[in-house]
Amino acid sequence: MQEAVINRAKELLADGTVNRVAGWKTGEFSFDTTPAVFTSAEELDADFVYNDFCAPNLSKYLVKESRKEGKLLVFLKPCDTYSFNQLVKEHRILRENVYVIGVECTGKVDAETVKLKGIKGITSMESDGENVTIHTLYGNKVLPKSETLGTKCATCKSKKHVAYDELIGNDGEVDEESKRFEVVEKLEAMTPDERYEFWRGELSRCIRCNACRNVCPACTCESCVFDNPDSGIAQKAAADSFEENMFHIIRAFHVTGRCTDCGECTRVCPQNIPLHLLNRKYIKDINKFYGDFQAGADTISKAPLNDYTFGDCEPSIVYSRGGNE
Amino acid sequence: MHRIGVFVCHCGTNIAGTVDVKAVAEALGKEPGVVSSVEYQYMCSEAGQTLIKDAIKNLKLTGVVICSCSPRMHETTFRRTAAAAGINPYMVEIANIREQCSWIHKDKATATEKAIILGRTAIAKVTLNTPLTSMESPVTKRALVIGGGIAGIQTALDIAEAGFEVDIVEKNSTIGGKMTQIDKTFPTLDCAACILTPKMVDCAQNEKINIYSYSEVESVSGFVGNFTAKIKKKARYVDAAKCTGCGVCTEKCPMKNVPNEFNLGMNNRRAIYIPFAQAVPKVATIDADYCNMLKKGKCGVCAKVCTAGAIDYKQQDEYVEREYGAIVAATGYNPISLENYDEFAYSQSKDVITSLEFERLTNAAGPTSGQLLRPSDGQHPHTIVFVQCVGSRDTSGCGKPYCSKICCMYTAKHAMLTRDKYPDTDVYVFYIDVRTPGKNFDEFYRRAVEEYGVHYIKGMVGKVSPRADGKLMVQASDLIANEQLHIEADLVVLAAAIEPDKSARSVATMLTASMDTNDFFTEAHPKLRPVESPTAGVFLSGVCQGPKDIPETVAQASACAAKVIGLLAKDKLTCNPCVAHSNENLCNGCSACEKVCPYGAITYSDKEFRMPDRTVAIRRVALVNPAVCQGCGACTVACPSGAMDLFGFSNKQIMAEVDAICK
Amino acid sequence: MQVNENKEFRPLIVAFCCNWCSYAGADLAGTNRMNYPADVKIIRVPCSCRVNPMFILRAFQRGADGVIMCGCHPGDCHYTSGNYFARRRMTLLFSMLDFLGIEKERTRVEWVSAAEGAKFAATMNEFVETVTKLGENKRLEDLRCKKQ
Repeated sequence: MQEAVINRAKELLADGTVNRVAGWKTGEFSFDTTPAVFTSAEELDADFVYNDFCAPNLSKYLVKESRKEGKLLVFLKPCDTYSFNQLVKEHRILRENVYVIGVECTGKVDAETVKLKGIKGITSMESDGENVTIHTLYGNKVLPKSETLGTKCATCKSKKHVAYDELIGNDGEVDEESKRFEVVEKLEAMTPDERYEFWRGELSRCIRCNACRNVCPACTCESCVFDNPDSGIAQKAAADSFEENMFHIIRAFHVTGRCTDCGECTRVCPQNIPLHLLNRKYIKDINKFYGDFQAGADTISKAPLNDYTFGDCEPSIVYSRGGNE
Repeated sequence: MHRIGVFVCHCGTNIAGTVDVKAVAEALGKEPGVVSSVEYQYMCSEAGQTLIKDAIKNLKLTGVVICSCSPRMHETTFRRTAAAAGINPYMVEIANIREQCSWIHKDKATATEKAIILGRTAIAKVTLNTPLTSMESPVTKRALVIGGGIAGIQTALDIAEAGFEVDIVEKNSTIGGKMTQIDKTFPTLDCAACILTPKMVDCAQNEKINIYSYSEVESVSGFVGNFTAKIKKKARYVDAAKCTGCGVCTEKCPMKNVPNEFNLGMNNRRAIYIPFAQAVPKVATIDADYCNMLKKGKCGVCAKVCTAGAIDYKQQDEYVEREYGAIVAATGYNPISLENYDEFAYSQSKDVITSLEFERLTNAAGPTSGQLLRPSDGQHPHTIVFVQCVGSRDTSGCGKPYCSKICCMYTAKHAMLTRDKYPDTDVYVFYIDVRTPGKNFDEFYRRAVEEYGVHYIKGMVGKVSPRADGKLMVQASDLIANEQLHIEADLVVLAAAIEPDKSARSVATMLTASMDTNDFFTEAHPKLRPVESPTAGVFLSGVCQGPKDIPETVAQASACAAKVIGLLAKDKLTCNPCVAHSNENLCNGCSACEKVCPYGAITYSDKEFRMPDRTVAIRRVALVNPAVCQGCGACTVACPSGAMDLFGFSNKQIMAEVDAICK
Repeated sequence: MQVNENKEFRPLIVAFCCNWCSYAGADLAGTNRMNYPADVKIIRVPCSCRVNPMFILRAFQRGADGVIMCGCHPGDCHYTSGNYFARRRMTLLFSMLDFLGIEKERTRVEWVSAAEGAKFAATMNEFVETVTKLGENKRLEDLRCKKQ
């Protein structure tokens, strides 16, 4: 796969279709890949990787990259294409400046998942597609790949590319059976007190590092409201804790109807807060109240919050329903 | 630095009776930025306003907070006061300590405490107020009247009289509306056609009035003073400029069995028709649903007999686009369909008719040439039962919850005229209440009862059953005598409720004018602005706003014209400055705001930006047209980056209010 | 759930009212001298669609015990569609607050026309009673619970 990807990138660079390539390169560890832009065949040969560790969603980088001189080649996994579409819809990505190659994805390995299995001192990992070999300071371990997937991949909603100029590998299908709302449902079934305890436990760990915001493909504002003194909410003074306290609720609301459920927020959270559950709750509510909607599935549909019908449910539905369904 | 003046009004004892105004003034005087805090008997009085003006001048105030009645009452007053004293009128905020404090609370301590919080909130807001300047926009000196009934005609005539051009768009082939179908008018009993048709002719002859008959408004864009309407002139297959209205074609057309809507289907017309003799414009129209030439390409009789060469089978719908300064909705009404009222056997018997059908039966130009004859057998009816409130004041869900207002009077008229012309006829009227407020109305009704011997019975008709011998068995209850009645009637006349014309809703959507649940247009204020819609530049004439009789309709139509003239007489309009604005440095160009804007006030353009690294970036940014924006603020919440904000109700201002209340 | 037994507890209620219907309805309640508790403080907004969820969260974080938003009845919006957008926004926001374990009775949307002074007063009376029973809002004041 990696070879085919690199070869195609070289071809497109050589024939002048594109002048840059957005992809992944290895970071500090072999399992820690990072987005990168390549401008020559040499750079591609030296650093470009596409393997089971390439989880980062490259769509967001196109907001800036598509505004630069010349056309850019980007490799997008199925879930990334939803973010891509959403950003095209919002006029954030200039579609004509991007050449999209959809790449097949069978789920990405996440070191955090491995660590949660009690495996410590990881030095490197490799995957053969079936099994993942984990090299640690204390010897080697082998796990089936399915047990090492990150949260976003374990509950993958679609292996179908919704936007591309060409494909490498196979295109998959939308997973109608996806169990992505399972945890949300579990929380809904709890009592409010239990839910509060759960979220208090999770959100109190937040260190406001902004990683979730910085990685989120829906958070591409020119300037975030939390950084804008005129919004009335950005208060850098320590005396004001509004921003501190409400950050995640406001952020989740801001991306409502725009979040494609790519799961990057949870993947990058250094505190392992399951932030994607907030977004999934909104997605689940939208599907239930206003009909199924998948952000990024197309580039024309109206976002649920920018739309209405006369017969929409009243907010009181929140009180009348049993539990938080 | 802010220099804020606080003015606490006693409003006589209205506020001072429950709120310790001195304590309020004292407490608010300590708020940061406040340089003066005083109380006075009546702030809205001449003396009170002088007090405010003097303080603004002497203390060099930058902002004013007035603790008084609702801003809906005196905001404009105090803004003018501030402007007169030389500061921007939008540097005024009002704390509503009367309607929302002194009038609802009894305990003085509680009310005083709340008044202080409300005052503090207004102070917090005013410190964030910015001077706002109203934009000006030009006014196109032409009005559009949608609907050519008596309401539209009167409005158009009055506007034209004042020297402004008016276009009437009427969906039927003639203007005149429902009044053309009415025989006599209450309470004077003069003939409707005799008083209406001269007005129709006036319209046609007035140089300032242009009639688009057989036309519909297709779309409307723009805003007060600057509307653009697209009008569809439906193909009538007759060249209106050539047609002389001689009517030969309408006599020669072989398609004789087209139900005549002018007589409510009680007789027939031809496929090419002129609705009635006095139609304006008097131009024939081909009914494409029935014309053989248009349907099958065979016939062509009308073209052969037309000496003017006016027939044009190839005519297409034509579209005109015109600009208007004001738009009048005069879309009128229709009687409701009676299909939900099977108990009255309307669909089972031809002799159960609606009141409008009764009008046609008594009209000299009607299907019976004015003879009151039973539709089924052409016999003279000897017993007539009138049923009022059929579908009016009906909360069961199948009718209308409101009173249709005109039925009591026209039923009295029908009953009286019947007894006058046919004294051998027994006339019964069943009513829930008889409502006859209006000049000479009650006298009219009493004459029907006392002089003409009409039997008025309080009670509802339960069932009408047609009998094999042609009689109608009417079962009813007499609520006063407390007995059941069985009447053998020859004719039953149902006073069907009236409802807004079906086209009203699409017109309202085009005009972004609001409607109530019954599809009547909503007025800007139910008492004080009854002929204006809440959408600026859109006015209401006639029954489209609510049930009315002819004198009331004409009065409202003229009132509406006065408002239109008032608008068209201006060269420039001052816009509401509390509109949305986008900070282009923050704008993502994502179009969320555009999607929620009900006025189409937001457009996008690519703009060059100098970046911190000295490069130039081109970004798509939103731009609000302040003349179109009405200031709802939907965009401000849709905007994810907070680029969109609202003057007068900014994010910061509202946050400051929240903070002040929650302090 | 924490119930404040203290009889002295008075809740702080922030009410966002649209200028055209609900604020006028509140005025009418005043004109008709219909009582409702002084705990309710009204903020005037041009339309319910001007109410940013941030305003509501801010009120809670600053110590409000209940927040109610009032607008024109669906179909009667002065700006034709504002309350429809507001309805969706608030439905989703309230559902989220519930999801986070915040007592859902602290938030409310009510459609009050300019003619419904009595409804305005009745709504406020009822809402104040509900929130008083719930007691002080602690959860939303500090969702992340750094204080404890």
